[in-house]
Parts: sequence; C-alpha cells; structure tokens
Amino acid sequence: MIRSTVRFLDERSGGAPFLRKALRYVFPDHWSFLLGEVALYAFVVLVGTGIYLTLFFDPSTATTHYHGEYQPLHGLEMTHAYRSVVDISFKVKAGLLIRQTHHWAADVFVVAIVLHLLRIFFTGAFRKPRDLTYYLGLTMLALALLEGYLGYSLADDLLSGMGLAIGYSVLMSVPFVGANLAELVWGGPFPGTPAFWSRMYVAHVFLFPLLIATLLGAHLLLVAARHHTQFRGPRKTERKVVGVPTFPGQTPRSLGLMSAVTAVLFLLGGLVQINPIWLWGPYHVASGTNGAQPDWYLGWLIGALRLVPGFDVTIGHYTLVPNPFWGGALFPLVVFGFLWAFPWLERRFTGDHAFHNLLDRPRDAPWRTAIGAALFTWVALIFLAGSADRVFVTFFVSYGWQILFFRIAVWVVPVVVLLVTRRVCLELQASERVERERELAEEEARRAAAPEPVR
Amino acid sequence: MRALWRYLVAAVVLLLGRGRRPPRVERAERIVPAGEPSPRAELLVLALFGATAACAVAFVVVYAVESIPHQTQFLGLSLGLAFAFLAAALIVIASRLVVTEELEEDYPVPAHPAEQEALGQLVEESGDRMTRKRLLLVGGGAAGAALGAALVTPALSLGPAFEIAPFFRTPWRRGVRLVDEDGRPLHAHDVLEETFYTAYPEGADREQLGAPIVVVRLRPAELHLPAGRDGWAPHGIVAYSKICTHAGCAVALYRKPTFPTVEPRPALVCPCHYSTFDPARGAKVLFGPAGRPLPQLPLFVGPSGELRAAGNLSGPVGPAWWGVRNRRPS
Repeated sequence: MIRSTVRFLDERSGGAPFLRKALRYVFPDHWSFLLGEVALYAFVVLVGTGIYLTLFFDPSTATTHYHGEYQPLHGLEMTHAYRSVVDISFKVKAGLLIRQTHHWAADVFVVAIVLHLLRIFFTGAFRKPRDLTYYLGLTMLALALLEGYLGYSLADDLLSGMGLAIGYSVLMSVPFVGANLAELVWGGPFPGTPAFWSRMYVAHVFLFPLLIATLLGAHLLLVAARHHTQFRGPRKTERKVVGVPTFPGQTPRSLGLMSAVTAVLFLLGGLVQINPIWLWGPYHVASGTNGAQPDWYLGWLIGALRLVPGFDVTIGHYTLVPNPFWGGALFPLVVFGFLWAFPWLERRFTGDHAFHNLLDRPRDAPWRTAIGAALFTWVALIFLAGSADRVFVTFFVSYGWQILFFRIAVWVVPVVVLLVTRRVCLELQASERVERERELAEEEARRAAAPEPVR
Repeated sequence: MRALWRYLVAAVVLLLGRGRRPPRVERAERIVPAGEPSPRAELLVLALFGATAACAVAFVVVYAVESIPHQTQFLGLSLGLAFAFLAAALIVIASRLVVTEELEEDYPVPAHPAEQEALGQLVEESGDRMTRKRLLLVGGGAAGAALGAALVTPALSLGPAFEIAPFFRTPWRRGVRLVDEDGRPLHAHDVLEETFYTAYPEGADREQLGAPIVVVRLRPAELHLPAGRDGWAPHGIVAYSKICTHAGCAVALYRKPTFPTVEPRPALVCPCHYSTFDPARGAKVLFGPAGRPLPQLPLFVGPSGELRAAGNLSGPVGPAWWGVRNRRPS
C-alpha cells in the first residue's frame, strides 16, 4: 500500500529524492520555536471558520428593520451587514460557535505572531541569512493587524462603526493628502458610499488573506531553504544543525500542536463570549458608548491616540498635522519602521556582516536586548494608557492623572529599562565569566593536589 | 454462470494481487532506529482516539438535537475536547511510540560564488549587443513608469479624490427645525438642565457627520460664549455638533459634576479618546486630544416654542484634515 502510493507519486512527479530529504529535514528542539507554528495553525483555523462565515454574511449597507430571533433588537433600523451577523449568532446553527472561534483565532493569531517576533528579536534570529524571512514576518504582522481591524469593522455594530470613524480620522489626518485618500477609500466623506462595504469585504475575505498566505508560503520556504536556527550546544555549531527529523519525530508533535491550538480555539469559541454585537446594537453616526475597547492588538493605537495632548499643527489656515496622525499613523509607522530597519542598524553599528545559524541568548547581545526591551516597554506603556478609562472605572484612579503619568512615563521608563537591561546583561556575562574561571581554577587545584599518575 | 463467477474471482485476484508484488529490494540497514514496543502507550493512544471519536459524535448529536440547551457551549465543548483528545493522542505517539532521533545535518552552504558569478555573466553577456544601455534603461524605465501610472489611474474612480466641498457640507440652514430620534420637533421647554439631548435636522439624512447635534441647557449666567455668538443660545440652550473633532466618534457623554470640587463645570465628553469640551464656552477643549472646539449651531425659538437653527454650524464638523480651517461649512 505505502510502496505502491510512493511508486505512483514518484513515477509521476519524480519527487521521491526530494521527499526523502524533506522527511529527514532536521528541526532543532526548543519550545519557543513552536510560537510561529501556533500562528500558522491559528491562520488555518481563521481560513476555515472564515470561509464558513462568508456563506452567511451579507456585506450590504442597505437598511432593514429587525424582526428576528433576538427580541431586544426588534424594530430597530440596521444594515443587512449587521443583521446577517446577528442571524449568524442566533439563527444559523453552530453559527455563533464558528463566529466566536473566528474572532478568538484572530486574537490568538496576533498574540502568537508577536511572541514569535519577540523570540526572533531577542535571540538575534533575524541576522543574515534570515533577515529576508524576518521582513516577510513583520509585513505579515502588519497585514494581520489590518485584516483583524477590517474583520471586526465588517459587522457594522456600534463598536465597529466607532472603530471605522477612528480609522477614517486617522487616514484624514495624513498631512497634505489625508482627506483625498479618505475620499478614495470611503468613496466620499464618512460614512462613505455603499461601495465601501464591498471594498472592505473583498479586502477582508480575499486580498488580505491571499497576501498573508503568499507571504506565509515564502516565509516557510525561506525557513526551509536556510534551515532553522539553534541555540549553541553539544554538536550544535554554525555548520551543523542537530534536531528531530520531520518524520517520524516532528510530524506527530506538529500535528499534536495543531490539534491543541484548534482545541483551545473551539473551547474559547464555545465557552467564552467575545464581541456580543447584539448587545452593542447597530451603528449610527450619532451613537457612541462609554467603555469601548478594541481588540487587544489595536490597544497600543488607542492608547497613543488618547495620550497626545490636544493640538493640531497649523500654518495660518492650513492644517499641517491633524492630531490623530501622531498616535494613529506616525506611532505604528515608527515602531514598524524601527523593527524593519533593525537588522540593518545592527549590522551598521556592530559591523557584523557574518552568517549566523547559532542563536544568541539575550545576555550575549546587551545592546540589542536593551533596545528591544526599551521598545517593548514603550509600546506596552502606551498600550496600558489605552486602558486608563477601565482603570478609572475599576479602581477610581483619576483618568486625567493617569494620562499625565503616562505622558511622562512613556518617555522616561523606556530609557530606564534600556540602561537597566544592558547592565543586567553585562552582569550576567560577568558572572558567567567568574564561574568559568572558578571552575578552571578548581580543576587546576584538583590536578595539582592529586598525586602524579603512574606512567 | 459458474464459469462467469470463476472469471470474476480470477479477475479480482489478479487485480488485487498485482499491487502486492513490488520488486523485492534487499533491505539495507534501518533508516529509523529500532525501539522497544510499548503496548501500554498504544492502549493509551487507542483510548484517546476513542475519546476523540466520542466527542466528535457528541458534537453531531448536539447539533442535531434541537432540545439540548446551550447549543453554542456544548458544541464548542464537544468539538474542542475532540481536538484536545486528538492532540493528547498525537503527543503520546510523539513521545512514547515514535523513536526520538537526534539527527545531525549540515547547514546549507552560505553562498554559491561560482553560480553567482555565472548569473551575473549571463545577464551581462545577454546585453552585449546593446551599445547605449543606460539610455535604453532610462527609456524602459520611463515607459514602465508611464504604463504603471496609466494602470493605477482607474483607481481614482474610487472616490472624488480632489473634491473637497463635500467635507464642508452640512444639512443645517436657517429655520431648520431640530427633531429628536423619532422625528418629533424639540421644544425649548422640553430641554432640561443636567442632561443632554441628541437632535437632527428635520427631514435630512442622519447618517452624515454634519447632521447630529447635542443640545444642553445651562444657566444663562454660566454662559461665556466666544465673541460674535450673542443670541445663539436662547434660554441658555446651546447646540454643538455631536461628532468629535478629534477622531469622528459621537460625543455621547455629558459630565454633570456630582463632586463639584473635582470637576467644577459640566462637560461634553467623547468616549473614544476622552476629548472633553466645555459647553458653556463654545465647546472649548478642556482635556484630551481634540485640536478644535466642537462647531456650534446657532439657535432660535420658533413661534410655537420649537427650537430652530439660526444658521449653519460655526465651523466644519468632524475630524481635522489639511483644509479643515480653510472655510465655513456650507
């Protein structure tokens, strides 16, 4: 059976030698290498559940009056888009499970990518020859954020409308061309033409998934072409990679991880409510609600938008930089731009143009670790600032004072973190050196004390 | 009949038998190292597969039986557990039933200098016959750029792109009545202090940024409107665009102080980024990221006590853009 299948395939594709090599491809063994795989499997779940949702979703802004399963919305005017999502939640059997699983999968997808990115950054895995792989990964992260934003905007509930208004304002705020770009994307001033919904829809279910999938394919091809990185260890050198082969070792592990990710996502989708749009109600330009929070991965942007003091940069009557530009556009551009430029910057400053297959431990590269920690702290603080209103509601800490604190902290704390992290790395290195010297000295002392071996 | 049956059996035997006789290859030494069998692990895997199947069946049953309550929860639980058991089975297979090998492999060679050289040479030699390479490159580049520009031009049909008049348009004119959500005219005596009202221009499309306004009543003595706005607030009733000048959200909160020592004055607050506006002072920004006050709508009280616009809003509504300070709304 196996032989005949293999023979059938080989005689038609000539692929047996390649497959044989592929099955014995070596995967170095470290738990942190699974983070990228988690992202991959979350993406698989996203595509699967997403296809199911398209079978029921109606991307139309034509309005209707609701008279469906969910009583509290009866008689309300809403778009067909919103109505169809309410119907997916209440009328389509298993619809709510799939919808919530899709939403959870999006959140987990981005978590996994970010953790994967942190692992890559702090171990120096982005260095030559894997910088191109890293750029593709970063681009996928940016696309994933946009894709997620489009996804929850499509539902046309109150939160999605508020999110779209903010997105519109951020695009409007781009100096010189913002209003023109916004008019192009929305087809006119907010809330735009009905065509805008088709545009979002085709972007969310076709263009972005296709782009992400293409980049993902290229990313994996490059990983395989250059092989995995590994931490230094016995037999693990810049020239030799040591690990478990694809088959039989890695396959059940990887499939097990895929099943585990799917299990967690379906359990979350079934048991933990997420984005109950029937509670938010349909969006109208005039409605808003307090306590609105976006999905976690946009928290850093809402924090940045809230932190900027109230001013527009103007020259006479010309508005040069409208306020949302700083937090909504420049901030993410700076963060992504810096991450994009980092491999080049590091080469520039260290003069290290060599190939690297062995990973650094964070302490091995104090400056990189310190800069990464500072950048992370900066983004994390701004992210936290985005939840200051919730902190106010929960702990009664004045919102105004919190914002004031964050306005200072986001500039001071990262510098402190930079210096402290670098120091810690250097101390760890020094303690290792001392340890090694001690061992050597002890060894020598033992040898000196021991009687000469009889020859 | 009998002969036919025999032929049939023979044919089946022949067909099935064919694949079963591969050319016998002498087994070389093992590729995957041998390991001890582990019947207990096999039993565990079998049990886990059984549990997977049971949960999958449960999923179908929950799906099919209408009367089971909490469909979504049980569907998620059964499907999630099915995958969880499958994951467990695969992990047992990976750790107990499959030989864990540690292989060594050479990293791919960092680079192929000879091939690189050949590629460069190949491209160079291919262009040998061209004498004015730079000129040709410039020409080709120009052609490509022009063609690219031509191909993206249809994208301009997406929207007006260069028309900025729509950003200044609002449905408010002198005499337009203010109506509430149900379309009933808003009367001056309906408007109470310490709360806020959302109003729209009568008969206009409400789903445009220029339409919705907030109406609040303050004591006339408290009002300190900017110069030139005398008579805009009959009986202390002021109206502002409901769309935040920061990021376009609806200014949906009215802060009426319950603890006077902390925040002494009432304020209009946007729930998105907490831009806070002072309704007594022309919606001046008190706090938060907004860069402009909310545009004010001048009001007058009509013959039967209804509130009417006394003109258009004092400035363009909604988020800022490069031309937002250029002119008044129309």
